[in-house]
Amino acid sequence: MSRLKTFQDLFKRYRRPGDMVFALAFFLFALFLLVNLPMQTTWVEKRTQLFAQPAFWPAISLVAMTFFAGLHLLGAVVSERIPGRLAEVLYWLRSLEYAAWFMAYVLLVPVIGYLLATILFCGTLSFRLGYRSPQWLLASTVFAVAVVVLFKSFLQVKIPAGAIYDALPPGAFRSFMMTYL
Amino acid sequence: MDAFLSGLDLLARFDVALALLIGSVGGVIIGAIPGVGPAVAIAILLPATFSLDPLVGLTMLLGIYGSSMFGGALPAILINTPGTAVNALTTYDGHPMTKKGQALRALGLAYGASFFGGILSIVALILFAPLLAKIAPMFGSREIFLAALLGIVLVVLAHRGQTFAAGMLAAFGIFLNTIGLEPVKYTQRYTFGQDWLASGINLIVVVLGLFALSQAFVLLTDPESAPTTQRVKGNMLRAMGEVLQFKRIAAAGSSFGVLMGMIPGVGEFTAQFLSYTYAQKTSKAPEEFGHGSPEGLVASESANNAVPAAAMIPLLALGIPGEALTAMMLSVFYVHNVIPGPNLFQNQLDFVYALYIAMIALNVIVVVFMLFASNWLLQIIRIPTRFLGMTILTLGFVGVYSLRNSITDCAISAGFGILGLILKRQNLPIVPIVLGMVLGGIMEVKLRSAMARVKTPLDFVDRPIAALLALAILVLIVLHVWGVIREHRSRVPETQHDHDLHDSQTR
Repeated sequence: MSRLKTFQDLFKRYRRPGDMVFALAFFLFALFLLVNLPMQTTWVEKRTQLFAQPAFWPAISLVAMTFFAGLHLLGAVVSERIPGRLAEVLYWLRSLEYAAWFMAYVLLVPVIGYLLATILFCGTLSFRLGYRSPQWLLASTVFAVAVVVLFKSFLQVKIPAGAIYDALPPGAFRSFMMTYL
Repeated sequence: MDAFLSGLDLLARFDVALALLIGSVGGVIIGAIPGVGPAVAIAILLPATFSLDPLVGLTMLLGIYGSSMFGGALPAILINTPGTAVNALTTYDGHPMTKKGQALRALGLAYGASFFGGILSIVALILFAPLLAKIAPMFGSREIFLAALLGIVLVVLAHRGQTFAAGMLAAFGIFLNTIGLEPVKYTQRYTFGQDWLASGINLIVVVLGLFALSQAFVLLTDPESAPTTQRVKGNMLRAMGEVLQFKRIAAAGSSFGVLMGMIPGVGEFTAQFLSYTYAQKTSKAPEEFGHGSPEGLVASESANNAVPAAAMIPLLALGIPGEALTAMMLSVFYVHNVIPGPNLFQNQLDFVYALYIAMIALNVIVVVFMLFASNWLLQIIRIPTRFLGMTILTLGFVGVYSLRNSITDCAISAGFGILGLILKRQNLPIVPIVLGMVLGGIMEVKLRSAMARVKTPLDFVDRPIAALLALAILVLIVLHVWGVIREHRSRVPETQHDHDLHDSQTR
């Protein structure tokens, strides 16, 4: 118990650089949603009590959200500034690159099919991450094929066949590709 | 007894056994890899289990849930990095034991204590189930509403030091659940005239983004690291047997685990803390705690592994999940039109027993697996982190896209992935968002049906359980405020706290 002094220690979390940016952004977001409450929900006049109004729960949640976000922001404002704010925000922005990779993969699947898209995605992303030796490229290809076989062929999850499969000559091979890969 | 036997009968099927095997062995492996927790794995597998039989799907997910902590103890003890969040306390005594050259003993004790905690809690709950079947029907709409509200209050208050953030995130979760076309008056809520918002924000899309994609983004953006490990030599069975010398602590740990697991929003951390404090206070060598005390290790591991079985109670008996993993499992129930709640305990007690028996079986499978597989697992946890990130991203795609084949879902999920990354970097909790979404939906429906018979506000709490729950909510809030004031008066300098403890909480 040397490092754990109180019950509170177990639950306490500590501020990190960039807390002010996030607290402010979240507060503004909550405020924006709250201001939009009259426009984005409907008040039903006829024989409807307050708790059954469609606007009831959005109103409760947004008031609570704005209230807590305001207090959270206040906490960040009065606390000592932790150096490294810009670096932290840049880290968040850097992660957008991988969200873009993910979306590119998503857009590719309906076009060139699940198998090809997965092999291509795993291979190029591994290359981008610095795993450039033949062993790593082989590992990523094996992984890609295994995922497709496990989920599409074996577990039969719903992923539509790629448009490219239409170009295959009609017959057993094409329907096999469409169903299983 | 009949229900118990018929539960056993439900399980005696090849597909259920296979799901159990895959779930439990997979859970150990996933738990052992730092950076991938059971939440990531369950989120990814969730859509795939929708096409399976409910019992098959649930046993697989339960297998992952119940076995991941066994696996998580391995890196916690050997490389001082908890494999899952709830193994953080295990590093306190487990790693110092490794440094003293007692790695095998520490691993054996951890597995032994986990097994002890797991089995004891399930046995207690099987004996407890008939009683629950009697109590559960006393929960009507207003009681379930209040229990869900209690869950929200607890999950907010449990994040000490970040209560405001937990509150705003829980409220954000409740708000997310209201977006789209509401089903009673058919009005649009917060759709901003966009078609893609009219159908609402799907819980699984959010969960996959917050847990799986965010973890992938963190691993991909962080610099590379691959832990180095050493082989463990010796007889694991004998090492596991040593836990029997700490029966009292293991039993106390399991009891705390069961009690805390049943209360929504509380869970492993409180159970571990109570168990650890108890073990230290009653120990003959309290100064060893934190420096490689076998008692501390047993206290930590027996408490955390007793929680999963107990956490199934509010889920099965009331339909109220207490934390993120059971919230995900709730969606499996919904997809199959099995509505957990009082009726389940009354009419399908065999199904409940089947789940508990499956949990006993998974503990046995995992212990047998661990007897032989520790060194093999050490190879797996050496996967470089960025490559691991790539694999999670690939698997995350299956989870989101197979749900509705929607590119919009994938974009929303990626957005929540970025939000999850920021929250993890900020050391803010993710769980309140997920619980807010699930419990918010429950509260909306139950409040509407409860108010039909309520004339004055006092009518709401005129039944014993409702009154008890309302009182509990009030007492908790008062105690929290009082605790904050007391803590403020006796505060210790910021530098004396252990700031690294919560690094792993959001995994």
